[in-house]
Amino acid sequence: MQPRVILDSKKLNLTITRLCHQLIEQHKDFANSAIIGVQPRGVFLADRIHKKLGEILKKKTIPYGKLDITFYRDDLHLQEKPILADKMDIEFTLEGKNIILVDDVLYTGRTIRAALDAILAYGRPDDVELLVLIDRRLQRHLPIQAKYVGKIIDSITSEKVKVEWKETDGDDKVWIVEDKD
Amino acid sequence: MSALSQKHLIGLKPLLKSDIDLIFQTADNFKEVLQRPIKKVPSLRDITIANLFFEDSTRTRISFELAEKRLSADTLNFSASGSSVKKGETLLDTVRNILAMKVDMIVMRHSSSGAANFLSQHISANIINAGDGTHEHPTQGLLDGYSVREKFGNLKGLNYLIIGDIKHSRVAGSDIPLMLKMGAKVKVCGPPTLIPKHIEELGVSYEPNLRKALEWCDVANVLRIQLERMDIKFIPSLREYSLFYGVNRELLDSINKDITIMHPGPINRGVELNSDVADSKQSIILQQVENGVAIRMAALYLLAGRN
Repeated sequence: MQPRVILDSKKLNLTITRLCHQLIEQHKDFANSAIIGVQPRGVFLADRIHKKLGEILKKKTIPYGKLDITFYRDDLHLQEKPILADKMDIEFTLEGKNIILVDDVLYTGRTIRAALDAILAYGRPDDVELLVLIDRRLQRHLPIQAKYVGKIIDSITSEKVKVEWKETDGDDKVWIVEDKD
Repeated sequence: MSALSQKHLIGLKPLLKSDIDLIFQTADNFKEVLQRPIKKVPSLRDITIANLFFEDSTRTRISFELAEKRLSADTLNFSASGSSVKKGETLLDTVRNILAMKVDMIVMRHSSSGAANFLSQHISANIINAGDGTHEHPTQGLLDGYSVREKFGNLKGLNYLIIGDIKHSRVAGSDIPLMLKMGAKVKVCGPPTLIPKHIEELGVSYEPNLRKALEWCDVANVLRIQLERMDIKFIPSLREYSLFYGVNRELLDSINKDITIMHPGPINRGVELNSDVADSKQSIILQQVENGVAIRMAALYLLAGRN
């Protein structure tokens, strides 16, 4: 199949702005809310959202953390090689907070399951919401849904959704390609 | 590089520099885990680990047990006293019987040098050596290196001194290869009777005078005098040893240098190390113990299920 672009740079940025406004509707001035990006790829989106929210609200103090889920994965024993962890970076207490968990693609739901376990090791937030850029709604393995969705995609298992960012890949773009693995 | 080159952790001599970097990097992650309100991750919940201690231990044993629990592994503890070893069961039989109960990993301390290596040739479970005789104590070497790296940022170019009974020390046996692989310079100091012959062949220098040795170093690892391993008199008396090789405040103050002091424990206070040094700001002895758990978690995590 031909790789196809589903969000170009312009659409992707519009989507991020829209997601930010949705967040503000719910969380107002973020007095008791925090953004947590899932390592490694969710952090790029979380960076953007955090920055954009700061611009819209003219507020530089929205708590922002990075969550690594490696040690909580359910497939560690299936791996040939150990999986190396990324950095955890949560410098604020989660107790009583409204957490917005941010990841790029929601696929089987297993990453988010692990992320929930990882978050709870840091404390007991009041509630946890999920924001994703892409929701591949047909491939879920677990009963997990996102509250804020950038775009829903009906793809098949042999396809792969690639989210690319200017910072690391040269351009902001979301595509569907054939999964060669 | 995302996997160790070895299936077992018998010693640090066969490890590559990249292996050590990988263990340090993973230990950084686990050190962060240990700061959380819930200091436990489910990574090894499908793994069962047997801690076989054929020789006494407090620190290492507790540290391993804690590391295993923090990783959610199932653990079982075995000590030679009160076991069938007393009835004459061989090491291999004991271990095979334990493995028959579906155990995945072995952590073993033994009074015979080479015991862990011997075992690794006969069984398939991953083995971590927790000290074998006078040979190696790899996790101690790793946590020593890790603690120095934490303080100085890098081991490269550091002057690392080991003082005391080098001959009977498995800590020295692991520290020396680790420090050399990581680019530090290593010197040993102690009475000539307790220095192995031809130690220069390892790339290590020897200085019999404690003051001169301390003037040279950035970090001094003070070893314990192990009376239990000395079947003949290597030193005239503990008092004489302490006079010539004991590290005390007066001596350190007379050297115009901020030397970091380490000790693998347990300390013979007043023999190789005085309390006014052991409990001072210069000492990182308790940091070593703290880092031990993170290092052991890293070693267990990276070796688990590697076949």
